[in-house]
Amino acid sequence: MNEMQFLTWVRGPGLDIALSLFVLGVLWRLIEIYSLGRKKDLSAPRHKPGASGWHTIARRSVPPEGMFKTSPVSYVGGYVFHIGLAIIIFLFIPHIKLIESLVGVSWPGLPSQVVDLVTVVTLAAMIVLLADRIMKPTKRYLSGFQDWFTWTLTFLPVLTGWLAVQHLLLPYTTMLALHILTAELLLVFIPFTKLFHAFTVFGSRWFNGAVNGHKGVPV
Amino acid sequence: MSASLEKGVRVLKEVIDAPIASYFSSCVHCGLCAEACLFYTETGDPKYTPIHKLEPLRRVYEQEYTLLGRVAKWLHISKPITDAELAEWQELVYNSCTLCGRCSVVCPVGNDIVYMVRKLREGMSASGNAPEGIKGAANRTVTIGSPMGVRLPAVKAQMKHVEEDYGIPIPLDVEGAEYMVMLSSMEIINFPEYLGAIAKIMRQAGKTWTLCSTAFEATNAGMQIGNSDLAKVIVSRIVEGAERLKVKTVISPECGHAYTALRWEGANLVGRPFTFQVKHIIEVLGEFQEQGLLKTEGMETDRLTFHDPCQLARRGGVIQQQRSLMKMIAKDFVEMPDAGFMNWCCGGGGGASAIEEGEELRLEAFKRKKAQLEAVKPDRLVTACANCRIVLEEGLEHYQMDIPVIGLTETIAEHIPEKGA
Repeated sequence: MNEMQFLTWVRGPGLDIALSLFVLGVLWRLIEIYSLGRKKDLSAPRHKPGASGWHTIARRSVPPEGMFKTSPVSYVGGYVFHIGLAIIIFLFIPHIKLIESLVGVSWPGLPSQVVDLVTVVTLAAMIVLLADRIMKPTKRYLSGFQDWFTWTLTFLPVLTGWLAVQHLLLPYTTMLALHILTAELLLVFIPFTKLFHAFTVFGSRWFNGAVNGHKGVPV
Repeated sequence: MSASLEKGVRVLKEVIDAPIASYFSSCVHCGLCAEACLFYTETGDPKYTPIHKLEPLRRVYEQEYTLLGRVAKWLHISKPITDAELAEWQELVYNSCTLCGRCSVVCPVGNDIVYMVRKLREGMSASGNAPEGIKGAANRTVTIGSPMGVRLPAVKAQMKHVEEDYGIPIPLDVEGAEYMVMLSSMEIINFPEYLGAIAKIMRQAGKTWTLCSTAFEATNAGMQIGNSDLAKVIVSRIVEGAERLKVKTVISPECGHAYTALRWEGANLVGRPFTFQVKHIIEVLGEFQEQGLLKTEGMETDRLTFHDPCQLARRGGVIQQQRSLMKMIAKDFVEMPDAGFMNWCCGGGGGASAIEEGEELRLEAFKRKKAQLEAVKPDRLVTACANCRIVLEEGLEHYQMDIPVIGLTETIAEHIPEKGA
C-alpha cells in the first residue's frame, strides 16, 4: 500500500468503519448505562423538584468554592485543552467541510492561523496535564493503563493534524492519512474508555443535581 | 468464592443503578475529589482519594454491566473481587469515610461519590466486612432499642430528672400531639439538658408535643453500616410510633445521621411515603423564630462559632436557620473558613466515631477542624449534632485546645425567659 492508497483507505472504508463503531458504541453504551434506571425517591422533597439537575450541569463547569487553589494545574489545563479541542474539532474549516459532507450542516469557521495557535496551546496544555499526572502522587496513584492510553489517543490526532498542516516531519499525504487514522482510532475508543465522559458527564451532573436538589441543596 | 463474598457481590449487583453506571463511566481520574476529603488532605495518602474507595464497586459494575467487562470476565482475564480485598477496603469505606459528601460537590464530571459509598457499604455489610464497632451499635439498636443500650426505664428516669430540674412536665405517648420528639442515646446519657431545652421551647411556642415509649431512639446504625434490612427495622419503629400517636411532625434530634436516616432514607426503607413530616430540631427552631414563637432575652458575649454537621447542612439542606438562630443569641458570632455548605466534617460521622481502630486516623483528620478553629479563635464552639459534639470534644482534648462544645438547642433554651418572668 502506498501513501495514496493509505489515504484513500482512511478516507473511505476506514472512516466508514470508525464512524459506524463510534455511533453503535455510543448508542450501546448509553443504553447499557441509562436503561439500568433508578428507584423512585419516596421521601418528601424539600422543594418542588424544578430544574436542579440542569442547574448542576451548568454549575459544575466552574470550580466550587476553595477548589481552584488546591489544583490550579488541573483546572487551567483542563479548561484550556477542552476548549482548545472544541475549537479545533468544530471551528477548523476542513473539519466543518467534513462534517457537512457527512450530515449536511455547516457553520462558519476560524482562520487557519488562529486554529494553528489554538492547536499549539492545546498540545502544550495536554503535555502539562500529562506531566501533572506523572508528578502528582495522587493522580499517578489513580492512573492505570487507560489513563495513559486515552491521553495518547487524544494527543495523536491533534499532533498529526498540526504536523500535516505545517508540512513537517513526513510528506503531507502520509501525515494527513496518519491524522485521519488516529482520529478514527480515537472515535472507536471513545465509547469504551473513560473518554465516554464526553457523553455521560451530562447525565452524571444531572443525577447529582437532581438527587441533591430533592433535599434543597444546590450542588 | 466464599458464601459471604457471593452474597456481598450479589448485593453490589443489586445496588448498581443508572446513576452509578453513569458516574463510573464519567470518572477521568483527575483526583480533585481527594482535595475535598479531610482524610486525604490531612494525611496526604492517595489511597484515601474518594473515588478509589469505590474500587470494588467499580469492578463489579464493569464486570457485570458493561459489554467489554462481561467479555473479559467470560475470558477470565478480569480480576474478580476477593474476600481479602473487601477486608482491606473496610478501612477505606468506613474508617476513612464519614459520608460527609464533600467529594460529591466538587467532582467536575458531577459524580455523587458519597451516594456510591453508601451503596458499597450495603455489599460490605452483606459480605461481613463492616467494622465490629458499628455492627455492635446496629445490633444493639435492633435488639435493645438503642446503640448505647439505653432502654425505656433509663429514658423515664431522665424524664423525671428533667421534670424536677425544669418544673415542666415531659409528655409521653400523648395521642394527637403536634410534634413527636426523638432523642439520641447520646442525649439521654450525656446531654439531658436537650430534653429540658425542648420542654422550655415548646412551652413558650405553645405547641403540643410528646415522647414515644416505643420509639425514642432516632439514630440508625443500620444505615451507617449499610444494612438496609436493619435500617428498616429501626426506622419502622419510628413510623409505627408516629402513626399510632397520630402526630403531624417527627422531630429529629441534634444528630446528623438520624436526620438523614429518617428524613431522606426512611420512606425508601419502609417502601412508602410517610404520613407525617420529618424535621430536624434546628428546622423547627427556625420556623418558630420566623413565626415569632421563639423569643429570647440576653446575648452571649463571648466569641462563638458554629460547626455545621454535614448531614444537616450539605447533605440535608438546613444551612441558613442555624445562622439566624446564632445571631439571635450571640453578640460575637464568627464563621469558620468554609462554614456552611462547604464545611469540613468533624471526622467522626457516618459511623466512623464507633470504630475503635479508626481513632488514630480520626485524630489525624481532626487537624482540618483544628485549622478552621485556629483561624477564628472562638471561646466556645456551637453545633447541632451530639455525635459531632463528642468527636469535637475528643479532638479538642487531644490537641489540648480549651474550647467548650455546646449544643445550639440548649443554648437557645437558656435564653428563653422563665415563665411569668
